[in-house]
Amino acid sequence: MGALRESWQNIVDLWSLIVGLKVTGKYFCYRHRTVHYPRKTVDNINTFRGPLELVPKSKDPTKPKCIVCMMCATNCPCGAITLVKKKAPKPTPEELKAEEEAKARGEKVKKKKAPKEPARFIQDFSLCSLCGICVENCPVGSIRFSNDVYFAVTRREDLALDLLARLRERAGEMEKTLSVEQEA
Amino acid sequence: MSIPIIPVELIRIIVALGAVGAFVGLNGLVLVYVERKVAGHCQRRPGPFEVGPHGLLTPLADALKLVGKQLFMPTGADPWLFWLAPIVSFLPVLLLFLPIPFSPVLTGMEVHLGILFILAFSGINVLALCLAGWGSNNKWALLGAGRAVAQSVAYEIPLLLSLLAVIFMVGSLNLSEIVRSQGSWPWQWHICTQPLAFLIYFTCAVAEVNRNPFDLPEAESELTAGFHTEYSGMAFGLFFLAEYMNMIIVCSIATVVFLGGWQGPFFSGALWFFAKMYALLFIIIWFRWTYPRVRFNQLLNINWKWLLPLGLANLLVTAFLMKIF
Amino acid sequence: MTRQAAAEQVAGDFYTRHFVEPGPREDTLILNMGPQHPSTHGVLRIVLELDGEYILRAEPVIGYLHRMHEKMAEVKTCLQYMPNMGRVDYLHPLAWNWAFVGAVERLGEIEVPERAEYIRVITVELNRITSHLVWWGAYILDLGAFTPIMYAFDDREYLLDLLQIPTGSRLTYSFFRPGGVSTDLTEDFLKGVLEFIPYFRSRLPMYKDLVTDNIILRKRIEEVGVIPLEVCRRYGATGPVLRGSGQPYDVRRAEPYSVYDRFDFEIPTDEKLDAMGRYRVRVAEMEQSMRIIEQAIEGLPEGPHIVKGAPKPKWKAPKGEAYFAVEGARGKIGVHLVSSGKANPYRLKLRSPTFSNMSLFAEIARGTLLPDAVAILGSLDLVIPEIDR
Repeated sequence: MGALRESWQNIVDLWSLIVGLKVTGKYFCYRHRTVHYPRKTVDNINTFRGPLELVPKSKDPTKPKCIVCMMCATNCPCGAITLVKKKAPKPTPEELKAEEEAKARGEKVKKKKAPKEPARFIQDFSLCSLCGICVENCPVGSIRFSNDVYFAVTRREDLALDLLARLRERAGEMEKTLSVEQEA
Repeated sequence: MSIPIIPVELIRIIVALGAVGAFVGLNGLVLVYVERKVAGHCQRRPGPFEVGPHGLLTPLADALKLVGKQLFMPTGADPWLFWLAPIVSFLPVLLLFLPIPFSPVLTGMEVHLGILFILAFSGINVLALCLAGWGSNNKWALLGAGRAVAQSVAYEIPLLLSLLAVIFMVGSLNLSEIVRSQGSWPWQWHICTQPLAFLIYFTCAVAEVNRNPFDLPEAESELTAGFHTEYSGMAFGLFFLAEYMNMIIVCSIATVVFLGGWQGPFFSGALWFFAKMYALLFIIIWFRWTYPRVRFNQLLNINWKWLLPLGLANLLVTAFLMKIF
Repeated sequence: MTRQAAAEQVAGDFYTRHFVEPGPREDTLILNMGPQHPSTHGVLRIVLELDGEYILRAEPVIGYLHRMHEKMAEVKTCLQYMPNMGRVDYLHPLAWNWAFVGAVERLGEIEVPERAEYIRVITVELNRITSHLVWWGAYILDLGAFTPIMYAFDDREYLLDLLQIPTGSRLTYSFFRPGGVSTDLTEDFLKGVLEFIPYFRSRLPMYKDLVTDNIILRKRIEEVGVIPLEVCRRYGATGPVLRGSGQPYDVRRAEPYSVYDRFDFEIPTDEKLDAMGRYRVRVAEMEQSMRIIEQAIEGLPEGPHIVKGAPKPKWKAPKGEAYFAVEGARGKIGVHLVSSGKANPYRLKLRSPTFSNMSLFAEIARGTLLPDAVAILGSLDLVIPEIDR
């Protein structure tokens, strides 16, 4: 009898196949969930971590807040950030003259200090692992993640991002939109 | 007494073969598209969408790609068997369409032993799979070929038995005769008198054309791609096309034998035939996107322990009832 | 050196028919499953000795994805090592995050704010659900059904969108920091999670109808790959594999870390010991994870998300060693950290659960059919990068 009952159970269980068909059949009639990318985009990207971007000074949108303390470059686990400080400006001939005169007088000469501004700020995005250590450890809050989901390049060299140039570009765009708005 | 100069029957066959060739090519494209669209919609995605409106031209692009690809043969393979296999798989398919009555007029050739003709020629496909597996010099392909042979040989028996039950009732092997023996309303079709035979036939048909849940010869998660692991380009394309055409054949036979062929309510004609055939095709495709795959010993157990005894019992009861009434 | 001689030097690589212990027969088929095979899910290679489709012997060959994570820890500071922890197990990275920061905190005796602990619990449990969903879909794919993985990914996508809010990424998170977490949870996130839980509960019956109850699937994995408890003990298997063998061992309960002792949840086990048992355990675990998340969100305290004076990147761990274990989606994840007082750890040992779970495959697969071997391999839920580390 046991074998018979088992066989009967197997036949009854065949109903589960119909149930399975019902499930896929139901979803066959539903709307699909795909977002057709180039025509439509998603809107939940404001927390996405894309390539880094510099935060501009509130007064001058073309200059970053960065003070070149090198915290980001030295602490990056992947060595993705290359940061070069601006050199001290070359003294003009008059200043040189004045310096020499001062030296001759025996006064202490104060050399011009290099400004606390980056000359080059390059992020090699091919190395970056988006951990966020640079962002968290920046003492002046000069770096943040952009939410540029659609960032893509076709050459490896293009992944070395010149963040200063990108900042200036953004500032230029902002000005343009501002002027357009003002005109309107 | 004059001998006709133009052999009418021969011309009819040649024209029919040409028409079948066009039908096969067109249906290959259509079925690829339908399969991918059904898969997409079952999985809540659009399926092919980018080439042409709603992806209608995608199968053309696919075909172009397949034709353009280089044909490879692995080292150590048997070149004769290796290249013969896809052709052997594909060519009989053209013949299989000849005796199928799409409508009273639209019949390639009236064959008195129509069903026998189809079953005989569809057996050649097994040989092709076997050659492909053996000739590839690949262990996965060999395992796939072994599975294909065991499966096809096993499932042909209950398939025949289920058809025999209907043939007993009609008393003819001619497909058109079988259609004429049924009425135009669904309750006059053989599916109502022989529901068990239909179920057995449909299960066996799915297994015979190696479709999920019985797609063991090409089980991609076990055997990478089974017997066609080493085939590329159009050689693979021919196997692919043959599989789809075999699907059409088994669905056509089901339509003819169990679902009343071209006859239908209100009017009769090729339209009804194609509607029924494509509905069955849709169900087979639907199976594929719903079920997991059975194991090989289970596959054979289903055949020898369930379908074969059931088929025999069905045949016996049919014969018994035929004798009484 | 000729090819033959080279092959003879590699003892035990029986792909070259060079056996350490020769089998009783010569007419067997040696089959190389992987490193590129659809159902090994990565670059695991298994050399099979077959008689027809019956497996006489199976031998996993690993090391195709070795990335020296342990060595990398010795040249980086503790905080700089965080991104690596997101990449060991890409399906449950937050558990690895936690195991590592747990070891660092234990070594440096760093206090973690209560809110941070709760945030960790919520995100790790969400991540556990995503991990189980991927396993579920991929396992059914191994068994031949294509559609369920799409449904599983649909739900996983929902969760990834949520997890992206605090962590900023979708796959390889480096979210935890010694002393807390890197960002606080937002209201959006909490609202989203509370919406997700009833939605996912309503999806579970569909999963059951489509897959769990399906007779083909049940016949495929019931009574296949029976792993006795004794075998699990011998190989050190943990997680759902061990629980599927009837042992209710869960690190969250056995050695409660963080705030897990405050939550009420069950540890699902199964007495059948087969692949279906492990399947049921994982499905039940998703439900339990949701229970934990609900309780954690309810009890989420106010406060800072990271302790004041949390370690800076150049922080030097005190001399000593510490071990911290957490329960990952695949089992017990252990991190042993040894420091000599410098900024870089002296040595780091990662205990990956998948390695132990995979090791028992050779013994269990013996004598089964090839499709069964695929079913067993899938039921162990292997993540290859975690095996090789």
